[in-house]
Amino acid sequence: MSAPLNNPPPAAKTAIDGGVGAFRRHDSGPKHVSGEAIYVDDMPEPPGLLHIQIGYARKAHAKIAAMDLSRVRNAPGVAAVLTAGDIPGANDVSPVAGDDPLFAEGLIEYWGQSLFAVAAETREQARRAAALAEISYDERPAILTIDEAMDAQSFLEKPYIMERGDPAGAIEAAPHIISGRINIGGQEHFYLESQAAMAVPGEDEDVTVHSSTQHPSEIQHKIAHVLGIDNHAVTVEVRRMGGGFGGKESQGNLLACAAALVAKLTGRPAKCVYDRDDDMTITGKRHDFRIDYQAGFDSDGRILGIAFEQALRCGMSWDLSEPIADRAMFHSDNCYYLPNVRITSYRCKTNTQSNTAFRGFGGPQGMVGIERVIDNIAHELGKDPLEVRRTNFYAHKSSPGAERRLTPYSMAVEDCIIQDIVAELAESAAYQRRRENIRAWNDASPVLKRGIALTPVKFGISFTKTFLNQAGALINVYTDGSIQLNHGGTEMGQGLFTKVAQVVAEEFQVDIAKVKITATTTGKVPNTSATAASSGSDLNGMAAQHAARKIKGRIAEFFAQRYQTNPDQVEFLPGRIRIGESELSFEAAIQQAYMARIPLSATGFYATPKISWDKAEGRGRPFYYFAYGAAVTECIIDTLTGENRLLRVDILHDVGKSLNPAIDLGQIEGGFVQGAGWLTTEELVWSEAGRLTTHAPSTYKIPACSDRAPDMRVKLFEGGENVEQTIYRSKAVGEPPLMLGISALMALSDAVANAGGTSDYPALDAPATPERILFAVERLRKKGNVL
Amino acid sequence: MPTISLQVNGKTVSGEVQGNTLLTDFLRQNLGLTGTHVGCDTSQCGACVIHVNGDSIKACTMLAAQADNASVTTIEGLSQGDDLHPVQAAFREAHGLQCGFCTPGMIMSAADLLSKNPNPSEAEIRSWLSGNLCRCTGYHNIVKAVQIAAGQMSGQRIAAE
Ligand code: FES
Ligand code: FES
Repeated sequence: MSAPLNNPPPAAKTAIDGGVGAFRRHDSGPKHVSGEAIYVDDMPEPPGLLHIQIGYARKAHAKIAAMDLSRVRNAPGVAAVLTAGDIPGANDVSPVAGDDPLFAEGLIEYWGQSLFAVAAETREQARRAAALAEISYDERPAILTIDEAMDAQSFLEKPYIMERGDPAGAIEAAPHIISGRINIGGQEHFYLESQAAMAVPGEDEDVTVHSSTQHPSEIQHKIAHVLGIDNHAVTVEVRRMGGGFGGKESQGNLLACAAALVAKLTGRPAKCVYDRDDDMTITGKRHDFRIDYQAGFDSDGRILGIAFEQALRCGMSWDLSEPIADRAMFHSDNCYYLPNVRITSYRCKTNTQSNTAFRGFGGPQGMVGIERVIDNIAHELGKDPLEVRRTNFYAHKSSPGAERRLTPYSMAVEDCIIQDIVAELAESAAYQRRRENIRAWNDASPVLKRGIALTPVKFGISFTKTFLNQAGALINVYTDGSIQLNHGGTEMGQGLFTKVAQVVAEEFQVDIAKVKITATTTGKVPNTSATAASSGSDLNGMAAQHAARKIKGRIAEFFAQRYQTNPDQVEFLPGRIRIGESELSFEAAIQQAYMARIPLSATGFYATPKISWDKAEGRGRPFYYFAYGAAVTECIIDTLTGENRLLRVDILHDVGKSLNPAIDLGQIEGGFVQGAGWLTTEELVWSEAGRLTTHAPSTYKIPACSDRAPDMRVKLFEGGENVEQTIYRSKAVGEPPLMLGISALMALSDAVANAGGTSDYPALDAPATPERILFAVERLRKKGNVL
Repeated sequence: MPTISLQVNGKTVSGEVQGNTLLTDFLRQNLGLTGTHVGCDTSQCGACVIHVNGDSIKACTMLAAQADNASVTTIEGLSQGDDLHPVQAAFREAHGLQCGFCTPGMIMSAADLLSKNPNPSEAEIRSWLSGNLCRCTGYHNIVKAVQIAAGQMSGQRIAAE
């Protein structure tokens, strides 16, 4: 029997609006430009809301001799003052290791460590009250820096070593040997929206928390842990963040738990928002590194053997330092085949903020290490560093055989396209010609010197903790044909919601306006991983596709039966469904499916295939695939002041088949600027007492609009396609572009080398601030008797 | 507590404020205008930029009491009804935002620039916006958006002439 068709669409649509690959703007754009987009601190305040201020330690390492909070309790407007003794469950807000107390008991391990929480009627009252705490400290010697930690052998665990081949033998037998050290500074996230959480108590043990977090599931679990209740009593919701960059992966736990604790103990809603200075004082940052290297190579610059000693400052506790330190090791090859290699990783425990995830997650530091080695080798041989880079690349994906493919962790690189990217970029940026012109220009310019560098990026995609590579989604199709989409990923500006909605629109062949993207909530999709490791759209896109395909399958089955045909005869076309020769609108089809009692809601799930990692053996396939890119940066320095500017930047970056070029280009531009900022202007300084002195934008300099290179040319690598079965063959784009910023450091190194009066290597540390550039220039010139 | 009265987005509002209440707090807490964001509270980031008597100002550096009798425009009052201001439209069209937190302040700064200098050079845009920090975009599309808006507005002016 064939049913009459309802409302066939008047003219067949040929394409949907906002499908996969569309140059589509951010879904929240209209709300952002009109000021209507709501962040946690913008939510209407529920009646009775309490404001929380965290009271923190003013010593880097001490025993609390006495803590008198009576004046805090008696201050105007104060409703509650909570310390460790008030916690019904565990005093722990750490993501993994159980070593971050919500409120310190007895021992203080960094300047800024949380000691107590004050809840008051207004934010100002809470702040004023917290300042009245009387604490006496029994001070201990503090270990602040990597050098101090290395001297004292202060480690979180024993050094971890990754090794392949015979590095010592290969180095010794090599025609040339270099060794050196680079210090690489940390980085403050400086998400524009500081950390924030608001908790609303519910019935029984229930509590709902609105948090600015990349990891709602973890916040849920930590709150349950602190309150001593089941996970099911806690719901965590995230609509959006005003930036995250990794800084909201674990660092939101403390204030969300404090807010939930206040809410449950007082029965009143409670909000905790760090002001900028507190945020920078309390939260962890990108790890600073000290990397020592020794490399043996031939006269072409081909690396024969190499050894790295990576020491990183983890801070007072683990936080996420273990996988971060691992990732730094995984990226100490970057795009280069290292036949004999040994990497030793020292995870230093210090009396400073517990360092945490930051875009790249250790990868950038590892990569700076090898790029420094390449730059140093080129300098040693008097070659163009690009030539040395090319000599050392992994085998191209199309080259036959297994030669030059194995990483230090014994994963074969099967998708290498860096040769193509570098060739195209060197050509389009006129690298060779400009390099020669710059040399001529420098000869005629005694004070100002220019430099140029091309650096490549290969970045591994997947969480290296294999179990984290999973995601869930929930799709509801309503009877009017509108669609609600939920998934475990969070939106921090990276455009994830738009991309996943595009996937769903594409699957159902409906306009993206039909797809409503809702806030991430632990009540709809459980047990999610953090939106991190660049994996947001890879994982959640696939999970959403899975859910959409379940519903499509049911619809196809139903119409196939009704029209007495096979489900594969049912096609989803733009705005409509075709069954054999008949067509009906998507809305009519949904209506009919509903009337026939077909379930129109489905969950989807995805687990990344193929990956595994055996840490004890130091081998496996931690990454599903690699993302590639390259950048050329040209800069100029003033050799009398160290001041510098970036003049021109050319970028070619591989995103596979782009899900959304507008969003991808935005990620690349923003990533480059953030990476260049890390390596040039952003400097964290601690006082001798262990207090972070750069705790505001007045002293901590992130790139401003006027710092950007006046000429910046960014392109997506055309013909990019993921060799793996990722969502529409796209590639992750969140983190990799940050490492394009390494070209800025190497360009500055080139400029300094051009300023020298000697053939010594500049050995510029990062960030290459004007001071460091000036010192490097003076060191070289003194040595060459130029000064 | 002094009582202040001022025009905000074309409406007269009044309220009691403490002597040390910042204008940002008055707008956000008393008036619920949360489009004005606070990114630093110390006059560095520009997330809180609004217009006071036609000039852009960082609202975290001004006391509410100082705004007595002033005419204030916030991001919520920049559009004419449903019609976005050309700078707002351009930021949306040119993908001049990611997380959006800096966006209201950025737009208010840019709108002030274009009202004073309708055809700014790229360098003038960059220097004008150097007091507005953005951590996400790298500024490229922000500058592009301001250029697009300038073009649109001069087109409108020509059409109106
Ligand atoms: S909040 Fe006013 S300038 Fe940052
Ligand atoms: S868009 Fe995030 S700070 Fe500008």
